[in-house]
Amino acid sequence: MRYVEEFRDPAAARRAAGAIAKAVTRPWTIMEVCGGQTHAIVRFGIDRLLPEALTLVHGPGCPVCVTPVSTIDAALAIAATPGAVLCSYGDMLRVPGSGDDLLSARAAGADVRMMYSPLDAVKLARENPGLQVVFLAVGFETTAPAHAAAVLQAKALGLENFSLLTSHVLVPPAMEAILGSEDNRVQGFLAAGHVCTVMGYREYEPIAERHAVPIVVTGFEPLDILSGILGCVQRLEAGEPVVDNAYARAVRRDGNPEARRVIQTVFRVSDREWRGIGTIPSSGLDLHEAFAAYDARGRFDLGEPEPEPDRGCISGLVLQGRARPADCPAFGKECTPDHPLGATMVSAEGACAAYYKYRGAERVAGEEQA
Amino acid sequence: MCLAIPGKILSVDGDDPAFRSARVSFDGVVKEVSLALVPAAKTDDYVLVHVGFALNVIDEEEANRVLEDLRTLGELADAGPEP
Repeated sequence: MRYVEEFRDPAAARRAAGAIAKAVTRPWTIMEVCGGQTHAIVRFGIDRLLPEALTLVHGPGCPVCVTPVSTIDAALAIAATPGAVLCSYGDMLRVPGSGDDLLSARAAGADVRMMYSPLDAVKLARENPGLQVVFLAVGFETTAPAHAAAVLQAKALGLENFSLLTSHVLVPPAMEAILGSEDNRVQGFLAAGHVCTVMGYREYEPIAERHAVPIVVTGFEPLDILSGILGCVQRLEAGEPVVDNAYARAVRRDGNPEARRVIQTVFRVSDREWRGIGTIPSSGLDLHEAFAAYDARGRFDLGEPEPEPDRGCISGLVLQGRARPADCPAFGKECTPDHPLGATMVSAEGACAAYYKYRGAERVAGEEQA
Repeated sequence: MCLAIPGKILSVDGDDPAFRSARVSFDGVVKEVSLALVPAAKTDDYVLVHVGFALNVIDEEEANRVLEDLRTLGELADAGPEP
């Protein structure tokens, strides 16, 4: 497939890995922000191509993983409301709230529907004026313009039965929070490529300067990730804390102006709680007052948030790169994709799910590696 | 969630920019995709598609540049140790 296969060429990957090995003269710790990158690294064994001195640490770029328990509970409350339909991306359905998950609620009779696109929810609302259609709008900046455009379509169509239950998070504040923490070991970043497709990468320049860390905008195919790592290593070795773009076929410095325009029209920046991490100021998006009519939180009586039960999940540490999935005593034992204790084992972008799926025999915590 | 897939625009439909859409081929599988976020996209362009929306038009020249850089890496490596 065009723009996919060429970026998976094994010979080029070996050459890139060789160049990285030659470039590294001392230990470095690099964080890849996006869960999609984590999955590609684990799936294609990219970490195994790298020299010992180079440590890759997995970041919090998994919007499903960081959605607060209270948001899932709110979705469950909506799904249980007669006449309401809760629409969601697939991997949100199996993340546990304070009690159950949305899939179990569906099995018990709640109207929960899996959708590929928020436009499918707009269509459902248009075709069923008697239903209250709510879309669980989870994502980073990559997905925010799609949610914004869906709201604008609903408004243009004069729909009164469509709303969003939002859980939007922003990448730069999360990077700042990681860099600002006392025991931070991250020295360079691979920035999330598709977040930057939307937003551009201007906002990373002050972060690189203030914290003296190189940041390389990186894609998702093996050659993209290896190019990003090579670029980051070269800047680290040269002591150059700048922002580079290793994903220029998909990213421009100013991003996608139309996408940024719709985000700014429909959303505003707000403080946001990150599951497992805590509240990070100005790190989320809420609906702008002008679009309050499309906010599900205003339409439904959602009650007080329940405290999150302690299931023994350490996903907060995994998301900040302070623990690996195999460090968790429950990994591969009590916690598996069939019976997840937390979001990082459920989500298509969760680090725990990636290791479980792609690292076979090594996956059970505590077992000796062959 | 951040995964966006490249596809080729086969045809474009709609005049109102907010509702403009395209039939996009992903290696033969054709899906309807909104072009609301990429008003300049046209037939035969390759676009990155995420949750039913095209996020940008893929820059073919830049793609070739990266692949070429990786080819040259190999040539330098094969040329042996630095003098």
